[in-house]
Amino acid sequence: MKKSQISPNQKSSLFIKKHYRGEFIIQAIFFLCAALSIFTTLGIAYELIKESLLFFRTPGVSIIEFLTTTTWQPTIGQYGVLPLLTATLITSFFALLIAIPLGLGAAIFLSEYSYPSTRKIIKPLLEILAGVPTVVYGYFALTFMTPLLRSLLGADNVQIYNMLSAGLVMGIMILPLFSSMSEDALNAVPSSLREAAFALGSTKFETSTMIVVPSALSGIVAAFIVSVSRAIGETMIVAIASGSGSAFTFNPLKAAETMTGYIARISGGDISYNTPDYNSIFAIGLLLFIFTYILNLVSRRFSKKYREVYE
Amino acid sequence: MIDSKNQNGFNHDPKFMHARLKTGKIWHRLFFSSTAIGIMALIILLISIINQSLGFVAVENIKDPQSISTIPFEQLSNQQLIEILKINLSENRLKTIEREKPLLEMGQSELIKLITEKVVDAKVVASWTLWQSIFEKEKISALVEASYPNAQISFRNWLNWDFLVRSFSSRPELAGIRVAIKGSLLIVLIAIAFAFPIGISSAIYLEEYAHPSKWLNRFIQTNIDNLVGIPSIIYGILGLAVFVRTLAPLTSGEVFGIQGLSSRSILSGGLTIGLLILPMFILNAQEAIRAVPKSLRQASYGLGATKWQTIRSHVLPSAVPGILTGSILAVSRAIGETAPLIVVGASTYITSDPSSPFSGFTALPIIIYNWTTRPQDQFRNIASAAIIVLLISLLSLNALAIFLRNHYNQTRVNL
Repeated sequence: MKKSQISPNQKSSLFIKKHYRGEFIIQAIFFLCAALSIFTTLGIAYELIKESLLFFRTPGVSIIEFLTTTTWQPTIGQYGVLPLLTATLITSFFALLIAIPLGLGAAIFLSEYSYPSTRKIIKPLLEILAGVPTVVYGYFALTFMTPLLRSLLGADNVQIYNMLSAGLVMGIMILPLFSSMSEDALNAVPSSLREAAFALGSTKFETSTMIVVPSALSGIVAAFIVSVSRAIGETMIVAIASGSGSAFTFNPLKAAETMTGYIARISGGDISYNTPDYNSIFAIGLLLFIFTYILNLVSRRFSKKYREVYE
Repeated sequence: MIDSKNQNGFNHDPKFMHARLKTGKIWHRLFFSSTAIGIMALIILLISIINQSLGFVAVENIKDPQSISTIPFEQLSNQQLIEILKINLSENRLKTIEREKPLLEMGQSELIKLITEKVVDAKVVASWTLWQSIFEKEKISALVEASYPNAQISFRNWLNWDFLVRSFSSRPELAGIRVAIKGSLLIVLIAIAFAFPIGISSAIYLEEYAHPSKWLNRFIQTNIDNLVGIPSIIYGILGLAVFVRTLAPLTSGEVFGIQGLSSRSILSGGLTIGLLILPMFILNAQEAIRAVPKSLRQASYGLGATKWQTIRSHVLPSAVPGILTGSILAVSRAIGETAPLIVVGASTYITSDPSSPFSGFTALPIIIYNWTTRPQDQFRNIASAAIIVLLISLLSLNALAIFLRNHYNQTRVNL
């Protein structure tokens, strides 16, 4: 009698083969999910570039005019992005003016001076500040900061919608982000450096500012760049507090619409496809995307540097 | 700073040492105060919101309750109350009310509410902040007597139960956030349903399978890192182009046989938010998976398990608490996002609850934005009340995440 029998050896190899096929399929599925993120980036780039090209093909619109002229009046066919850009830069400037010194001070305090028990209370509070939705900050800018500025500087000088108020509140929003990233960088500095400085007779302040901060500089620069990118891309605060309608002005007490504010206002209304209005938000979005993507890449470089040195 | 003053290069002058310590002390105070300013900002923010959500209001009745019925409403029977409604309201308005719920099925309290809303029609003509209500009481009553002789002053808590369950209205005293809360919940549900499986799969691939020496894997990782930093409004533009426009048949429900709806739907909004939280979600999940000790995997391999078996029965169960914490944080980000939803096309004038993923939508942050930008004071009041609801839900989510993290850390230590 002949028995068709698979030897135990063969059996296990079949088992392994079957399993390997399953393993391969699973790995392929996981890979596809991970690759989806690439499609997100490609999708963003593709849509932005496609619609921007349509925009620049509209009669009367040219890239050079877009980048160099100072009137943004879509109704009369004037598409110069500079007023939106300057408004973005001015609000970001004031945001960083608040966030960088205060954030660095807070980071040094938390990492070098504070007791662990104090830090345990302060850090969650700063995390709450970081988690407040930006629309709430916008509300705060309009109902608290603007009236405050108007009573301090005179209601005649400060417009109801102004860039200063939006910028200052944006600074409060960015402060916890900058301080927590900088604190991570300061914490990564090995304590042997501090101990060496103390042994040479430096005071705590001298150790912090002349040893620890310079050693963590690349991390702090990375935090700075991320903050810049956050300030440029911030939408709700400027959409609420900085005014609608573009204006080419360098006076922070006046209203001027930023790039993000314009996108939010135009797309929030009833908008029909394939009009210069619709396409223009993609052109501005492309500009915004390029700025923030480059800033993020540069910031990665810097933070990699300090991680390589100390971790 | 330290100049060499004698041969050793040391300055032995005690005054100099004193000066150095003094600078140190001043800077210590400066560092401390910059931290304190951050905390102060948080406190002022919260106070200014609460300040707007409570306070005196001047209420004017369109119709005097005395002229409707001399007996207080509470003592009337249901039949009499319905009679009052029928006398004072036009037939059309009665019909719209009955479409929601027939009058005969309503209880006494519901009928009284209807009468006070629709017939007496109390209108808030002016409102004051909590601060003004406490410290400028006389001024307020003088002002009300002068400008609104028919109005009565009462103290109003804008964040009340009615506010939570009413739908949108163009009158601030009648507006509520029910539709917005439901919209927000649905958006978050869709976003999580989209981001959770894809996020975990990506994290598993990047941590367990991907070899960093391959350029493609490094590229995926760098790309995810960069996606986190892209402004949320750009995601909105992507959602507008892809979900609202290109995939319109899908997001408006046309594929499923539903006609005539706009593609600016909850589904579009939810998917956009899903794309937005995906990179953050992946990074959190990666961290959780990375924290699982290597020895666990090696033990599993040693017993002959395959890679997927190891991941499924050992790595993932140990990483679950970390992944959960990460997803709660992602949810709290998703709830507060405003800009992408505006771009995708959230509307504000929606009075009926979302019935399917294809209906038009509004969300909590959207109506906060809408109310904040209106000029009347009363809209500020309800905006602040809505902000309190939003912040409370965010804080409780964060507290839950912190609790989970601590709980997990403790149990791991006890092992």
